[in-house]
Amino acid sequence: MPRIKEPEYMGKLTEIRWHGRGGQGAKTAALLFGDSALAEGKYIQAFPEYGPERTGAPVQSFNRISDEPIRVHCHVKNPNVVVVLDPTLIGTVDVTAGLSEDGIILINTAAPAKEMKKKLGSDGFKVFTVDASTIARETIGRDIPNTPMLGALVKVTGLLSYDTLMNDTRAKLEAKFRNKPEVIEGNLKAIERAYNEVKSD
Amino acid sequence: MAKIKEELGLGAGTNKALTGNEAVAYAMRQINPDVVAAYPITPATEIVQIYSQYVADGLVNTEFVAVESEHSAMSATIGASAAGARAMTATSSQGLALMWEMLYIAAGLRLPIVMPEVNRALSAPINIHGDHSDTMGARDSGWIQIYSENSQEAYDNLIQAVRIAEHPEVMLPTMVTMDGFIISHAMEVVRVLDDADVTNFIGTYKPERYLLDVDHPFTMGGLDFTDYYFEHRRSLAEPMFHAKNYILEIAEEFEKKFGRKYGLLEDYRMDDAEYAVIVIGSTAGTAKTAVDDLRAKGIKAGVVKIRVFRPFPFEEIKDAISGCKAVAVMDRSDGLAGVGGPVFAEVRSAICDETKKPLTMNYIYGLGGRDIDTEMIKSVYRDLQEAAATGRRTLVNYLGVRE
Repeated sequence: MPRIKEPEYMGKLTEIRWHGRGGQGAKTAALLFGDSALAEGKYIQAFPEYGPERTGAPVQSFNRISDEPIRVHCHVKNPNVVVVLDPTLIGTVDVTAGLSEDGIILINTAAPAKEMKKKLGSDGFKVFTVDASTIARETIGRDIPNTPMLGALVKVTGLLSYDTLMNDTRAKLEAKFRNKPEVIEGNLKAIERAYNEVKSD
Repeated sequence: MAKIKEELGLGAGTNKALTGNEAVAYAMRQINPDVVAAYPITPATEIVQIYSQYVADGLVNTEFVAVESEHSAMSATIGASAAGARAMTATSSQGLALMWEMLYIAAGLRLPIVMPEVNRALSAPINIHGDHSDTMGARDSGWIQIYSENSQEAYDNLIQAVRIAEHPEVMLPTMVTMDGFIISHAMEVVRVLDDADVTNFIGTYKPERYLLDVDHPFTMGGLDFTDYYFEHRRSLAEPMFHAKNYILEIAEEFEKKFGRKYGLLEDYRMDDAEYAVIVIGSTAGTAKTAVDDLRAKGIKAGVVKIRVFRPFPFEEIKDAISGCKAVAVMDRSDGLAGVGGPVFAEVRSAICDETKKPLTMNYIYGLGGRDIDTEMIKSVYRDLQEAAATGRRTLVNYLGVRE
């Protein structure tokens, strides 16, 4: 499957900010993505922002991915990539804050990327959308958008190979859901579909 | 695709993506102490939570004692250690504060307890995030203190701490710290050693004397008035003074076996440095990145990271900064002493008798987990350059606070 575009920051430090609501799995998504990136031989950091831990409250989590050891231990202020797990956050939370001009924002929404780009008033950054909630409902049976978003993220950034993500996620799910093969297949199908269905502006 | 390789200097072991708490719990499983007595407190909770799972799963032989407070946690750990067991606990912030009187007793009885401590601010106001107020307050309790920059160091330091604490010439309790949330809850790449390598490195604990040795009864924790208390406290200063030799000896053995180098301090680009920042914990990594940027612009900047704060590396600090024009000492706790933070006081004391010494400035930063980034650190180097050029400086500064 061809990548959309090889980003210029490939190989250098890439910083990702995840936006979600408490309970949607923003933290888990960052940890899973970091773990998969390690499986591909990258240096990684994955950490949440610990504020009020309430279901439904806006939350953030972060990744740093690099070919070199990562030494900084400060907040991510200028992410290269932003992932929005819940589109209702847009307008409430400044999801594009600090996003670099050549950056990428990936949103879980049924709306076309062009429309979201207009709404966000892009001054350079690229907008991608995928209906991860619908995909999750149809594959996993519940609205858990974080796993499909991993597939879309890999597609739009090319930070890891699709195969690494699938193999690593399968191994982790098999360890955790040994007696629930439908959960494993559902999640993998969700990743595959989001990888294929993500749209650019 | 670049791979994480041994050539990059990461030494022996297998790569795992672990948070600081997970890395420390992993090390504790490999240490497999006889007794762990603990009470949960954010952000150290996961350490004992994961450890209790290891106990439940039968992966360790530890007697796990769930107690009702940190005071009891330290008391039970002291009891176990005095009885002859290899005993551990873990805590943070208010938990350490509640252990206070027992900390001094652990040291006074020369019990080689090892304790991971996750640095967190002290109340009031209530805050769960990382700063060094908790362990800096315990700096004169007679515990060896080793601070970690990241999860890898927390893991390696904890394994070395067992050897340090139990060294017959040391026999002092040892705490290994990491910054709350910034390290404890951040996933990073950690190279973990094979279980057998850790088992062999730490060896078996064979105390010279212990209370359950019924054939050789002795008194521990006796009453000491004006007749002998002073002599006993004096004898406590000796092992702390000499501990640094053994800390270095054990670090050298660790490096030989596993390829990762540790000292009392870590110098970063200090060889010809004119401006230096002295820092402890996770901010050291951020400072190194700032220094790389400054060096690229021709500014002779360097970092000195303090790994071992007790015993304080007095001579080593003096030597490390002797060639500098100006030095900033970073304190992630406020001494509230009227003259800056605790690290500042130690560093100034270390250089005060030198005829040629750098200008020093103190920066209190990051209280309650307040973020500190590379730009803020660069602003400190700008202040140092200006102070060196003009000879004028503000002695104690607060960095990143609204005033």
